[in-house]
Amino acid sequence: MKLPNLNKIMERFQSTEKKESNPSVFWSIVRKEFTDYLTSWRIIILLLIIVLTCVGSLYTVIVTIKEALDATEQAKEIAKDSHLFLKLFTSSDGSLPPFITFVTFLGPLLGIALGFDAINSERNKGTLTRLMAQPIPRDYVINAKFVAALLINVVLFFSLGFLVMAFGILLLGLPITFEEFIRIICFLSLCIVYIAFWLNLGILFSVRFKQAATSALAGIAVWIFFSIFYNMIIDFISKSYLEAVTSAEEMVNRQGVLLNLMRLSPNYLFSESTTTLLSPEIRSLGPLTMEQTVGALAGPLPLGQSILLIWPQLTGMIAATLICFAISYILFMRQEIRTN
Amino acid sequence: MSEAIINIKNLTKIYDDVPAVEQLSLSINKGEIFGLLGPNGAGKSTTIFMLLGLTEPTSGSIKVCGIDSTKSPLGVKQRVGYLPDDLGFYQNMTGLENLLYTAQLNGISREVAEKRAHHLLNQVGLEDAIHKKTGKYSRGMKQRLGLADVLIKEPEVIILDEPTLGIDPKGVRELLHLIKKLNQEKNLTVLLSSHHLHQVQQVCDRVGIFVKGKLLAKGTLNELALQLFGNDNYVVHVEANPITERLLNEIKELPEVTYVNQITATSIDVFCKKDITPTIAKKFMDDEIELSNISKKNYGLDEIYHRYFEGRESNETA
Repeated sequence: MKLPNLNKIMERFQSTEKKESNPSVFWSIVRKEFTDYLTSWRIIILLLIIVLTCVGSLYTVIVTIKEALDATEQAKEIAKDSHLFLKLFTSSDGSLPPFITFVTFLGPLLGIALGFDAINSERNKGTLTRLMAQPIPRDYVINAKFVAALLINVVLFFSLGFLVMAFGILLLGLPITFEEFIRIICFLSLCIVYIAFWLNLGILFSVRFKQAATSALAGIAVWIFFSIFYNMIIDFISKSYLEAVTSAEEMVNRQGVLLNLMRLSPNYLFSESTTTLLSPEIRSLGPLTMEQTVGALAGPLPLGQSILLIWPQLTGMIAATLICFAISYILFMRQEIRTN
Repeated sequence: MSEAIINIKNLTKIYDDVPAVEQLSLSINKGEIFGLLGPNGAGKSTTIFMLLGLTEPTSGSIKVCGIDSTKSPLGVKQRVGYLPDDLGFYQNMTGLENLLYTAQLNGISREVAEKRAHHLLNQVGLEDAIHKKTGKYSRGMKQRLGLADVLIKEPEVIILDEPTLGIDPKGVRELLHLIKKLNQEKNLTVLLSSHHLHQVQQVCDRVGIFVKGKLLAKGTLNELALQLFGNDNYVVHVEANPITERLLNEIKELPEVTYVNQITATSIDVFCKKDITPTIAKKFMDDEIELSNISKKNYGLDEIYHRYFEGRESNETA
């Protein structure tokens, strides 16, 4: 009577083993995709561009701040209270745009480059059918590609961020406060979410369009639209929209409408939230009337309040990211695997 | 008594109101090589996709190794190796790396995978190209790597979709020989689809003819020939100069001959119920006509296939 028991245990053991073997298969896909990204020229070049521009802008900022600090003893005292570390990311000496501008501009390009041929290149090269004939669930493929690209971003931005902090401490000789540290971590996570949005848009196009070139062009078109043309369109609208305003109240309302229109652009959401995170003195993202500001003490907001301020932006961006991913997931799961 | 390893019952797949596969019932026994024959777009690939659970059937049931393909495709895919027709590899990885990746996806440990990969690459004759990037492989090499890729999970059944497509005749012969060898050594069940008749003919135990989503006929080659051609089982091809009217009539009057088809002025096909090649040869000899070639035609798949298509086309135009 002991033998069947043993068999049952063995069976259970085997079944759990099978369940455990699945995640390892998932991670081996992730590992392969990650290696692919790291060895592809496209990504290497983009990473180099991003690293070089960011390092360049940081270097000029550090030099100017350092000069200002060395000028007087007083400056150092002021610096301690004014979140000087965060200035590394947001200010510039005029010759190069600041770090966040670079990220706002180049981040989408990186995201699109990581995602635009995720599925259709597999399909065109005939590897998708071979992959699907292996005992792996279909969603492993798309999930693993997303995770691998996200890992690239995480590694890139955290290493960049930590490098900046290290150089800041070394070159400026200023200790970083805990709040600044947390703000920078939040900022880096925000960058990752922002790029994840563009990555998912790229993946969506790669599922939808059979040709890699089509999906790349579609992705770049969306990127250019939001980074250049969308602002122009809003400017154009605002001119006629704000012309015949009679009362202050109406003006505020209309400004609010325009602002909300702007917020449809992920770029705007991103720049709003990053500037709020990195400049604690920003206390409102909407229009403020004189009455509201009268009597207010100019001072930095605590971290919690800054986050509260950008909470809608943050959730909006995460939602957009998830929506893109969900659409591409569903499309991919329903798509026919066969090529012709 | 052999058991059925693939069991298809009343399988139907409808794409946008057009049936790709219609009421297909088929069972394939363990250890046999089954050839699925048919023109492009006949529904061969669709059937294969449904076998692997990559496409859901509209109705009907499929069991592979006793597992329902639609409900648990993963179990089927663990036991079945599939070589697609538009085979591709990761071009910046070497042949070995590609195989190891497939092994990883099947949850095979690294050491076992390496051992198997080296063995398989030797077996398919790619031992010199192990560390070459697959982007530089020729079509024939890719196909052989594909076969190794299919075998690395040690499947019970392998499904090959147009395995001979785009390879030179020598390559085809080697590939088919390899398939036959594997079939005999490991008792692998092989299902291969093709529109290349001669090639399939060489290795298949049984074939099924698939046209417009329907399995028109299945069986061994002899069975198919019998089904189709009934009594006109033998064809004698004669090339001689000159073929006189008188001789033609004489041949036509032989009791075994059903009819004579004059192809050119110097060649004819004689359809007969029995093998009367010697009799015909003798007739030519007696008339002292220069006989350059006399041969008995076997009904190959080509004729079988043609008959079906001729039938189909005449139905279509009618």
